[in-house]
Amino acid sequence: MSAIIQIDRVSKAYGGVAANKDIVMSVASGGITGLIGPNGSGKTTLFNSIVGYHPIDAGSIQFRGREISKLSVQKIARLGLLRTFQQTRIYRAMNGVQNMLISLPHRKMSMANSFTRHSRAEHERAARLLEFVGLYEKRWLRAGSLSFGQQKLLEFAMALMNEPAALLLDEPTAGINPTLINGLIARLKSVNREFGITLFIIEHNMRVIMNLADTIYCLAHGEMLAHGTPDEIQNNPFVIDAYLGAQ
Amino acid sequence: MKKLTRYKRLAFHLPLLVAILLAPFFLPEFRTQLATLWLMIVLALTWDMTGGQMGYNSLGNILFYGTGMYVAAVITIGIAHDVGEYTSAFGDGVYEFTEAQYFIGMAAGLLGAGIFCALCALLVGSITFGLRGPYFAIGTLGVAIAVGELVSNWEWVGGGQGISLPVYPGDLEVGKVIFYFLFAATGTSLFVLLNWLYQTRFGAAINAIRDDEEKAEAMGLHTLRYKLATWSIAAFFVGIAGGISAFQLIHFEPLETAYQTINLGIFMVVCVLLGGKGTLWGPVVGAVLFHLFKEITWNYLLGWQWVALGALIVVTVVYFQDGIMGGLMRRKPPWFGVRAEGGEALPPTSVHESA
Repeated sequence: MSAIIQIDRVSKAYGGVAANKDIVMSVASGGITGLIGPNGSGKTTLFNSIVGYHPIDAGSIQFRGREISKLSVQKIARLGLLRTFQQTRIYRAMNGVQNMLISLPHRKMSMANSFTRHSRAEHERAARLLEFVGLYEKRWLRAGSLSFGQQKLLEFAMALMNEPAALLLDEPTAGINPTLINGLIARLKSVNREFGITLFIIEHNMRVIMNLADTIYCLAHGEMLAHGTPDEIQNNPFVIDAYLGAQ
Repeated sequence: MKKLTRYKRLAFHLPLLVAILLAPFFLPEFRTQLATLWLMIVLALTWDMTGGQMGYNSLGNILFYGTGMYVAAVITIGIAHDVGEYTSAFGDGVYEFTEAQYFIGMAAGLLGAGIFCALCALLVGSITFGLRGPYFAIGTLGVAIAVGELVSNWEWVGGGQGISLPVYPGDLEVGKVIFYFLFAATGTSLFVLLNWLYQTRFGAAINAIRDDEEKAEAMGLHTLRYKLATWSIAAFFVGIAGGISAFQLIHFEPLETAYQTINLGIFMVVCVLLGGKGTLWGPVVGAVLFHLFKEITWNYLLGWQWVALGALIVVTVVYFQDGIMGGLMRRKPPWFGVRAEGGEALPPTSVHESA
């Protein structure tokens, strides 16, 4: 499998704190890649660097062979590389359907286009995706009045509405009811398989990530500690040390 | 079902339109008052475009009002005379305007005011839209104050003395009716435009910017483009309204009348807060109530009118943050299309909780 995201010697420091040091990794096109690491190991910083949230200090980030480390957040999103937030972000005063419709891909939309209304096909697509994440019944409610878990599902559906090539998910199962997690795993797998969306996932829940990912990277103290298949990672002594703090 | 709502709408809009058309003839002594009411409606609706729908509270929209006045005046005078000579004469020379010059000047002046202000919004916005929240409010206020000071020192347009326009050539009562209809036409077309605009993708995009601009960026929206377009449409209408005011007032000063940041500049915000931010009808309802309140206190509570106005602002901001339309929306969500199929109907807690 070829790499859709190629990260080469990326460093990012906040003042004197090196959040990412010489990170080298790649996300395989069409696969599910996991990113784990203890709290404060630099996972979210790496995500933010990829989507252009802040400038990186050194290194290069390529998406589909194109250098994106100097591009703005919006431009990167329009290229088809999308992220969801750890602290879920949805449009609170708008209802579920409106949240979905405004998430249609903007890479194709011109200014003239914006003065039209949403088509029936777009409404139907929004309804289908809301059904897919189990929010169809709640679609007319104000998004801000949904529970945290439901907002998380809505954000996921909004990301799918945008038809990304690759989706970066920051802790998709955090705050979600354990009985719903299995359903979410199944949905993530089907999104990857059926829609062909590459997934790159930060996850703390080991059961979830071992179940989902085909390749896992582990960060510790801002450096890439190990990578491999879920089995290799589970048996890697460095990874066990990093998590149990035996060093 | 759809047909029925269409008839219902017609039953509401038709009498309203008739009332708008007949008002100046049935209330002849209130012609100027009614014209000012329309000015308040235009200012409130345009303020709400950025403040209510997009989450950008501008305190500097008065910039476009004042600039519109000056652009309309300069164009009208410039058609017939040399502007510098005209303003430095201070009534010494006699400057005649033919009827044709007056009306051509008015048409070109109003259109020019709108276009010039729209361009100003693009220019000022490309700098101030880098600011968010209260910084945007103060930044825009600063621009309005600074431009007012600059204009009041610019002798070519009359400096601190201000500038005078020709008086309406003909019966002054007819003139009042014309000014009423100019304002009413501007307000009505603005309302129709917004009614449509808020239902398009454009409307959804500016609402998304209001709710969470960072999310909108992360989803790839052209946020700056939407912000500039919205403010520039607002400025176009404010500019035209300023131009009409210039003809109606005949003489105006830069700081007291044109760039009056503390009067009109704040009134338009109060209208919107009173009526309900982020709703189509809120600014209209707010402008009507505010104007009534202001006229009543200015007539019957003279000396205390500013205290009463201050009290109104405090009560609105502290107790009715959602305004009239926002409060209705919370109590009667179905009236506003808030549905809850299969789920419990949770009324919205606040219309602009995250703003």
